[in-house]
Amino acid sequence: MSAQRPGPLFLARSSFRRRRLRDAARMLPIVAVVLMLLPLLKGGDPEATTAGMLLYLFGLWIALVVLSALLSGVLAIEDDTAEALQRDEDRGADGTERG
Amino acid sequence: MLSFNLLITVALAYVAFLFLVAFAAERRAASGQARWLRTSLIYTLSLSVYCTGWTFYGAVGYAARSGLEYLTIYLGPTLVMVGWWWVLRKLVRIGRSQRTTSLADLVSSRFGKSTALGVIVTLLAVVGTTPYIALQLQSVSLSMSVFAEATGSTWAGSDIGRTGLWVAAGLAVFTILFGTRNLDANERHHGVVMAIAVEAVVKLVALLAVGVFVVWGLAGGIAGTLETIDSSRLAAWEPAGGRWAGLIFLSGAALICLPRMFQVLVVENSDERHLATASWAFPLYLLAMSLFVVPIAAVGLERMPEGANPDLFVLTLPLAEGQQGLAMLVFLGGLSSATSMVIVATIALATMVSNHIVVPAWLSARTDGAMVSGDVRAVVLISRRLSIVAVLALGYTYFRLSEGGALAAIGLISFVGMAQVLPAMVGGIFWRGATRWGAGAGLISGFVIWMWCLFLPSFGQGAVISAQAFAEGPFGIGWLRPHALFGIEGLDPVVHAVLWSMLINTTAFFVGSVVTFPTPLERLQGAQIVNVYEHSQGPRTWSRQAAGAEDLLIMAQRILGPVEAQTLFQSEAKKQGKSGYLPDVTPDFVDYLERELAGSVGAATAHAMIGQITEGASVSVEDLIAVADEAAQIVEYSARLEEKSREQERTARALREANAKLTQLSIQKDAFLSQISHELRTPMTSIRAFSELLRDTTLETADQQRFAGIIQDEALRLTRLLDDLLDLSVLENGNVTLNISEGRLTDLLDRAVSASGVGSALAIRRDRASEAVKVSTDLDRLAQVFINLISNARKYCIAERPELRIEVRSIGGATVVDFIDNGEGIRDADREVIFEKFSRLTDPGKAGGAGLGLAICREIMERLGGAISYQPGQGGAAFRVTLPAAEALAAE
Repeated sequence: MSAQRPGPLFLARSSFRRRRLRDAARMLPIVAVVLMLLPLLKGGDPEATTAGMLLYLFGLWIALVVLSALLSGVLAIEDDTAEALQRDEDRGADGTERG
Repeated sequence: MLSFNLLITVALAYVAFLFLVAFAAERRAASGQARWLRTSLIYTLSLSVYCTGWTFYGAVGYAARSGLEYLTIYLGPTLVMVGWWWVLRKLVRIGRSQRTTSLADLVSSRFGKSTALGVIVTLLAVVGTTPYIALQLQSVSLSMSVFAEATGSTWAGSDIGRTGLWVAAGLAVFTILFGTRNLDANERHHGVVMAIAVEAVVKLVALLAVGVFVVWGLAGGIAGTLETIDSSRLAAWEPAGGRWAGLIFLSGAALICLPRMFQVLVVENSDERHLATASWAFPLYLLAMSLFVVPIAAVGLERMPEGANPDLFVLTLPLAEGQQGLAMLVFLGGLSSATSMVIVATIALATMVSNHIVVPAWLSARTDGAMVSGDVRAVVLISRRLSIVAVLALGYTYFRLSEGGALAAIGLISFVGMAQVLPAMVGGIFWRGATRWGAGAGLISGFVIWMWCLFLPSFGQGAVISAQAFAEGPFGIGWLRPHALFGIEGLDPVVHAVLWSMLINTTAFFVGSVVTFPTPLERLQGAQIVNVYEHSQGPRTWSRQAAGAEDLLIMAQRILGPVEAQTLFQSEAKKQGKSGYLPDVTPDFVDYLERELAGSVGAATAHAMIGQITEGASVSVEDLIAVADEAAQIVEYSARLEEKSREQERTARALREANAKLTQLSIQKDAFLSQISHELRTPMTSIRAFSELLRDTTLETADQQRFAGIIQDEALRLTRLLDDLLDLSVLENGNVTLNISEGRLTDLLDRAVSASGVGSALAIRRDRASEAVKVSTDLDRLAQVFINLISNARKYCIAERPELRIEVRSIGGATVVDFIDNGEGIRDADREVIFEKFSRLTDPGKAGGAGLGLAICREIMERLGGAISYQPGQGGAAFRVTLPAAEALAAE
């Protein structure tokens, strides 16, 4: 099996990438929640200052804005038409390729 | 020194400018140039109504009191925006496909266009938003009082109150002018949105300007600012876990549930792609708004005198430093924040109040229903304007009654109240099993807990709830204490209220949904909304066709306006291929019309109005069953039709075949008649001729005998011919008597071969072993069939060495005897008719018989209960005689 030459792709590369980006868009807020709750651990670190925490939170915030801009930029361009969106959604809904 | 009058002048000029902006935007939209009014940028800026006077002034105060906790108010919305793919995208899609006009409309529409739910959400929104409006009036009045005091005059409470009144009145005028200009089909307000976008820029610029001034002008750069922060009392701040997480959740929920946010996020959205942009641009805006809050708070705490109101640092700090122009800008920024919030919130609330309370009440109070003459539009507009005034009056009353605690406290109370819609809304759009009873139970229980634990206590101990009830619970029931429900003490009041209200709300929603049963319309709407990505079409709910197109037109004119309604009807009629203004009232059309109307008056009202005309308040189970039955009947009917047409086709084909057969037979009958007359004539001619010879001439005895012999032969031939005809006629008439006896097949065949007298002219091939079959039938008749077939083979087989194979075998329990010669066989076209009487193959070569033989054979076999058929593909003419089954017995 491994000796076979590359051959045709087993799934379309572009739509696969698009669905993965969508997964990333779904994942982003979850990661963000965890990172936003980190300041609660301040009590365990006597070195942490309010100013430091302020910088951390704003840094996180800027990172979120940048990541979100990148993701939504790609998603908005690719999902130009409602039909395309519909198609992909259907494909995802029947469980063939989502995970 | 900045004079107070100048401030008033500038403020009025700014307000006039906003009026102009809104007016210009409306004009552009009216002339069809709405494109640039609806860009991602404007959409994002319009979302800034989230940042109210509370943000503008209050955030600094919040930071001064509670350190970084103010950030939770902006981190929550950031999370929701960044996670737009989860909830917001779906909300916006639903809002567009269902033409949702408000938060209450969405909930009502999801749960079967329930009027009751609409009313509950509307009441919740009014109660939850009124304090917030009061808060804005307070912030404007306070900021004005700061200026007044700066110019030397001292303001009494009545002055603040009067200012609030003026502000409220001005806002009412603006909102009525631009918020109820028309009943827009989409409930979009170009002028308002444009004005809000301008205000968003103003407040951002103002806050950033103060921030820049404070950081680089007062604190000495970034490093200095950070030092100031760490040396202020802000440094001692420790995040409290419950509040930090709880407030992030709460503010995230508020972004979706606040009526004004729903208005700008969903209702005013014109393109889903704008949401994609806003998903990062709005967090960026929030970031910019909160960037300088802590520095301003820290520097304010350091520089301002002890006891100064930290809520007003943004304004008092520049004033104290002598920055009059900056202070003016800040004042305008604060004014912008407050007014934009009030305008949008008032529009959203007025829409809800008018669509879910006033118009339904008005409709049900009228006995003549929605079909009366007069303009409903006027009613809806008036009710909406009155609602605007009423909402602002409520806000003003609250403002005058409350002593105006810290701004942030009121804001959070409002957030918790509106968050009660969250389970019903999010549950409704993701879970098809949610029912209106569940939603109602959740909303009401959440509302009650919020009132008891947070809203009523906010008036202060002893104001609404007695101090005794606080300490010992109502009527001494300890576990009902407002700040210690179920005996759990020590929680922060807001966290306490959020925890219990959301927990009980969600539980009630879930349990209520699980144990109750939805109406059909609820199921339909649920499927439409939960699976909004699969359904681009609206739900089909109107199956009845009783509504007259004219009635609908009359009603639509009153809501959409005559021109719009007529255009709509005309285009629909055109689509149906009709001229004029009245299309056929198809379910599709009624459905479409309902959604159009829903854009103006809300789903529940539109449904009720159309319901009145289509003579059914709602679709019942019976209706749905009737529709299903009807559909099934149609399917069945068409299947029957199809079956029938197939049958007719078969019949037609059979008829055509029969006709062809008849035509051929008729031709052959003619041929036969001429043949038979010829056959009869020939012997008759010779008989006549020879009998004349015998009579007229004297002949020798030998000749006499020869002639008499010929006459006799010819007479015999005639007799045979007539016998055949007679035989056939007897067989056909069915009055033949069968003479059943037993015999062996091989004997029968021997007899037939010898009787047919083929002699050496035809070689007969037989397999005697297989012929050892006992037969019980009319043996003479069967022999007649065999003889006929053998002599036929002799007559018609034109092979050089004619031979006939006689094969006996058993097929499927019946004995068959095949007679197969090695001749040419019978042509396809002739096979059809060989068994017909009078049939006679047109082959001119052999004209021995009269063409009755096979016909007789067939009649005989039928009488005997067997069959005779032609076997194609045997190498020559092949006839199969199937012996009567019952009489064929296995040989011993």
